Amino acid sequence: MSPITLILIAIGLGLAGWLAGRAKAWSFQKADPEVRPVARPTYHAWYVAIWIVVPVLAFVAIWSFLAPQLVMQSVLASPAAAGLPEFGFEREAWLGEARAVASGNASAVFNSGAESLIEPFREAMSRYSLIGVIVTIFIGFAGGAFAFLRIRPDFRARTRVERTIMAVLLLASLVAILTTFGIFASLVFETVRFFGMVSPIDFFTGTFWGPDPMNAGEPDAAKYGAIPLFWGTLFIGAIIAMIVAIPLGLMSAIYLTQYANPRLRAWVKPALEILAGVPTVVYGYFAALTVAPAIRDAAVALGISGASTESALAAGVVMGVMIIPFVSSMADDSIAAVPSAMRDGSYAMGATKSETIKRVLFPAALPGIVAGVMLAISRAIGETMIVVMAASTAANLSANPLDRMTTVTVQIVKLLTGEQSTDHPTYLSAFALGFTLFLVTLVLNIIALRVVKRFREAYD
Amino acid sequence: MTDTVISPGAVEELGPTRTPEFEKRLAKRYRKERNFKRMGQGAIAFSVAVLVFLLGNMFINGIGGFQRAELAVPIDFAESGISGDEASLSSPNALQALEMQGIGDIVDFYAERELGAEGAEQISREAWRDVALALTEDPSLIRQSKTFYLPASSDLASGLAGEGSPEMQTLAKELSDAGKLAENWDAGFLARSDATSPQSAGIWGALKGSILTMIVTFVLAFPIGVLAALYLEEYAPKNRWTDLIEVSINNLAAVPSIIFGLLGLAVFLWLFPNLRSAPLIGGMTLALMTMPVIVISGRNAIKAVPPSIRDGALAVGASPVQVVFHHVLPLAMPGMLTGTIIGMARALGETAPLLLIGMRAFVATPPDGFTSPSTVLPMQIFLWSDEIDRGFVERTSAAIIVLLLFLLLMNGVAIYLRNKFEKSW
Repeated sequence: MSPITLILIAIGLGLAGWLAGRAKAWSFQKADPEVRPVARPTYHAWYVAIWIVVPVLAFVAIWSFLAPQLVMQSVLASPAAAGLPEFGFEREAWLGEARAVASGNASAVFNSGAESLIEPFREAMSRYSLIGVIVTIFIGFAGGAFAFLRIRPDFRARTRVERTIMAVLLLASLVAILTTFGIFASLVFETVRFFGMVSPIDFFTGTFWGPDPMNAGEPDAAKYGAIPLFWGTLFIGAIIAMIVAIPLGLMSAIYLTQYANPRLRAWVKPALEILAGVPTVVYGYFAALTVAPAIRDAAVALGISGASTESALAAGVVMGVMIIPFVSSMADDSIAAVPSAMRDGSYAMGATKSETIKRVLFPAALPGIVAGVMLAISRAIGETMIVVMAASTAANLSANPLDRMTTVTVQIVKLLTGEQSTDHPTYLSAFALGFTLFLVTLVLNIIALRVVKRFREAYD
Repeated sequence: MTDTVISPGAVEELGPTRTPEFEKRLAKRYRKERNFKRMGQGAIAFSVAVLVFLLGNMFINGIGGFQRAELAVPIDFAESGISGDEASLSSPNALQALEMQGIGDIVDFYAERELGAEGAEQISREAWRDVALALTEDPSLIRQSKTFYLPASSDLASGLAGEGSPEMQTLAKELSDAGKLAENWDAGFLARSDATSPQSAGIWGALKGSILTMIVTFVLAFPIGVLAALYLEEYAPKNRWTDLIEVSINNLAAVPSIIFGLLGLAVFLWLFPNLRSAPLIGGMTLALMTMPVIVISGRNAIKAVPPSIRDGALAVGASPVQVVFHHVLPLAMPGMLTGTIIGMARALGETAPLLLIGMRAFVATPPDGFTSPSTVLPMQIFLWSDEIDRGFVERTSAAIIVLLLFLLLMNGVAIYLRNKFEKSW
């Protein structure tokens, strides 16, 4: 029986318990109008329902892990399992096929040897699904009966229910910590395994990157030098993209806040927001199919030989365009936070608008703008699809924007989308790269948030 | 009084204000002012121009993607010798039965009769499936003859578009002049799934995968996000634990999406190794990414509810839980929904984390559940973008149009909600 059926049973039982609890609570009031129960009937109803649904769901969660293993064990214990091949891929395949047929997901087995296993599977499955349903119903009834018997006019059902609600709220907010912990743990675990094979010093100082997933032997530490990747990431995300995004973003923010009339602003601001909402895969497609060939043609026309369609420039420029609205809205916020008395003071001295902006507003808003730029860089170096589609996979330590270059995110995707063993250093190196990326963006974000916070307090 | 009064004589001592040097300086300053303003206008114009170019480019390319080159082939089933009655043709095995009877050869035969030997080769290899499907859908066709519009091969399609080899171009011209080959509106693009040939590829599989993934994301991220926002904004005591929760939520909102892919790979695929490339795993991964967005926007929506509402409810004897669930939550809901839709729109366009958890497989059948292998719309765009085939360029742009329309629709709903429920207290 699938977990969904069990959950539906739980919900059905819960509903029944809810109705029964409410009916019982109402009956107190009907029997003796003098008695004022301490909780409304709805709370008694919820109390009963919680006592049914929570234990049942806990059981279903455990059972959905346990049942397949129990089924497998009983199949392996059956006489038909004697004909199975020894350990290995074939054995897994036979078992998998037989299970698929028994559960109705496939019409026939590919390996005739698995034929005899279908019946034991079917038997074990029906046996354990029956057990699952019976235990589910039993737990539901037991929980419901326990709660139902406790309902009395002086029972403080509301307090109990509210305590449960608070626990659920707390659990929901703990998901964030769990996720952070999960990210950290999974990255650290694999990174430590990687650094057991390749020394961190080689990884962080080596200048040659060329992991070989086919080479199953000893990892060659000389092939895991990540400097070209870090340089490529920095060059595309923090240099080229920012050369495009910072002036354009800043100037659009300044124009929109200081010069534009409200009608233009009302149209242009949402248009810039559309630019931010376009999925990165679309930007990547745009970069790879339109921008990169255009840049190549332009370079060839200028007489630059060896220009390729996978240049760092194409990826960086398109990424910069993607970041424009982000920089613009951060700059917009921090310019708006500058007190207007400062601007008025500058005007009173006879300064022109641009002088006021350059000499007064911009310096005052600078911390906020810097923080915005740092967040933008953090976003750019973590950006994946644009570089996967438009940058190359060739690690290259070069300062020529027309060269092929690769980034950390491109390599993570490249290393993890092939077929390979999870113990191989090439696979693990992706996690080391991910961990580095995580730490760098984290530090950038924390510094940026600090700067913003301090800056905001300055004018309060 | 220490005010100094400038006497008319003092001004004269300073000399006239509007000296030629001053005029020159002033003109320079005004010129700078104008230039600065023009730079601002230029920045805006450039950004808007890029947006218009991007959308226009996708749109113009994409329109072609909704069409396909089709060859008109009349097939007379009555004389074709194919057997079968209405009952057998509507049975589940009808497709196999038709294949056994050689429907592929029959289609080829009629194609050759109509288009000549050279033209018949240009029918897509999978074309007979369309005919067989039409037969099972309408079994009465077996006694009639009907003209089918079958997809042309990619070579012929690019010949029709004026590209490809010269032989194909002349053949395409001959056929289209005879009215047997034309670019037709391809309604099947939205109804079919991925295929190896651009002529028979469609996006329904990816669209369905996206919808299933989004359902999982919503079911997980929305309740968790709303409840966490309620807890942090209304009940959380100020201590180290809640600080930690707050910091992790803010950090999660800024973590690169590919890191969530690594998490999904290392944790979810380790827990459920059989569910590689299933919408369930994809949705779980995206939910972790979307949840912080919902929490942050949810907290802002809760903050916007005035304290007097809470005080009023507390004053008539409501418990803190009743205050929140009866009064604050309903008032904050529109704001929370707006934030949720924006977060979901971002998740809908996300590709990188799904790439890592294996949703890049070639999936030719639409997923029939949350656990069957599937792909999503942005992933389909990514996979097609690798195919340099001319037809796939247009198909990719068409898929992008569909994706952008969905995103615009979601953002439109979010703006509508915000405008409709915006209240000033």
